[in-house]
Amino acid sequence: MSTTLGAQEIIAAFKEVPANMRLEVLLEYSQALPELPIRYADHPELLERVEECQSPVFLFVELDASNKVNIFLTAPDEAPTTKGFASLLFSSLNDEPAPTVLGFDESFVDELGITDLVSPLRIRGLHGMLMRIKRQVKEKMN
Amino acid sequence: MPYPAETNAEFNGYAHPEALVSTQWVEENLGQPGLVLVECDEDILLYSTGHIPSAVKIDWHTELNHPDNRDYIDGKAMAQLLSAKGINREDTIVLYGDKSNWWATYAMWVFKLFGHADIRIMNGGRAKWIAEGRELTTEAQDRLPTNYPVIERDDSTIRAFKDDVIQHFGKPMIDVRSLPEYTGEKLHMPDYPNEGASRGGHIPSARSVPWGKAVNEDQTFRSIEELNQIYRVDAGISDSSDVIAYCRIGERSSHTWFVLTYLLGIPKVRNYDGSWTEWGSSVRVPIVKGEEPGAVPVSF
Repeated sequence: MSTTLGAQEIIAAFKEVPANMRLEVLLEYSQALPELPIRYADHPELLERVEECQSPVFLFVELDASNKVNIFLTAPDEAPTTKGFASLLFSSLNDEPAPTVLGFDESFVDELGITDLVSPLRIRGLHGMLMRIKRQVKEKMN
Repeated sequence: MPYPAETNAEFNGYAHPEALVSTQWVEENLGQPGLVLVECDEDILLYSTGHIPSAVKIDWHTELNHPDNRDYIDGKAMAQLLSAKGINREDTIVLYGDKSNWWATYAMWVFKLFGHADIRIMNGGRAKWIAEGRELTTEAQDRLPTNYPVIERDDSTIRAFKDDVIQHFGKPMIDVRSLPEYTGEKLHMPDYPNEGASRGGHIPSARSVPWGKAVNEDQTFRSIEELNQIYRVDAGISDSSDVIAYCRIGERSSHTWFVLTYLLGIPKVRNYDGSWTEWGSSVRVPIVKGEEPGAVPVSF
């Protein structure tokens, strides 16, 4: 299983604050998720719905010639927790090589110290997003 | 003295119109002594992105549940919680939240286990307030701590346990989950662990009335005529009914509990909070799959 520099930075950001501040960190991440580029914003049919999330979350993965992964994720502003999780995955995996993404250890979420603070269904949504990212990467690898 | 109820023609016909307030009324009464606004959302970060001025937050996940047992907090913990939030026993609590007040009604149900007298729901919830362009703030609210008394939780009136459900066979039950959950089709998703129950389906004889049927597009409650059609005509509930509602963990069914109790005026409505995650994992309890309610079990 692999990790990434982005994931390590996220874990550090959550760990350096006390437990009661960690949701604020997640909120900051939710606000940092980049907007979709026009080519996807105008073509939502290209995106895959993450059925495991209660909120409408959509994603798409692109691989360049060297199998570097670009991730596009969108989640509604009315669901900041879900959007925060989408942002954590984006920051952990975007621009990483495909094998790193495929081997990414999803237990990284357990290291954030927030599993008691959010409901299990939310965590499930994050795993759903990651599972779909990995599946798309596998399908598109050169 | 309870805070004066709103007079609003839109609430005409509801059995307890005093349990509802409009967004307009809330805006006009903001900051009045004796009135506390409380936001309770499914998404626990939503409050921090902006909330109604003066509103305090209740976190349904970390603040209302017992930390270890599958149960709610006890009277002492509830007294500590509400004291810390700056709520007095005599205060009028106005609850609102996301998802058509799904979680606001859940918080109301939990507060009612402790007998808090005056609790009202803001019709249309957070979404309607925002759609109408009313003010939001991200400023943290620091109400002065109060001394909320320790009240023993009453689990006998509006709460049902598994054994109560077994005793209840032959009387009306409502399953408020989505149809695929009711039929048993949806439990596992591809490549995914299930939702916390080992079997799919519903409790025999329970009628399917998904909770969302009770609300309009703008997240306000449907009119009394529409609610009568849904629950009295279609689902066969009457004033003399003894009703149990359930869902997955008891949150969606709190919404139906509110509708049946306060809008339709059905006197005896209980919420089975163990719900499907308990029933669908219990050994030797009967389960029915498919769209039909199924017969009342004979020898059970």
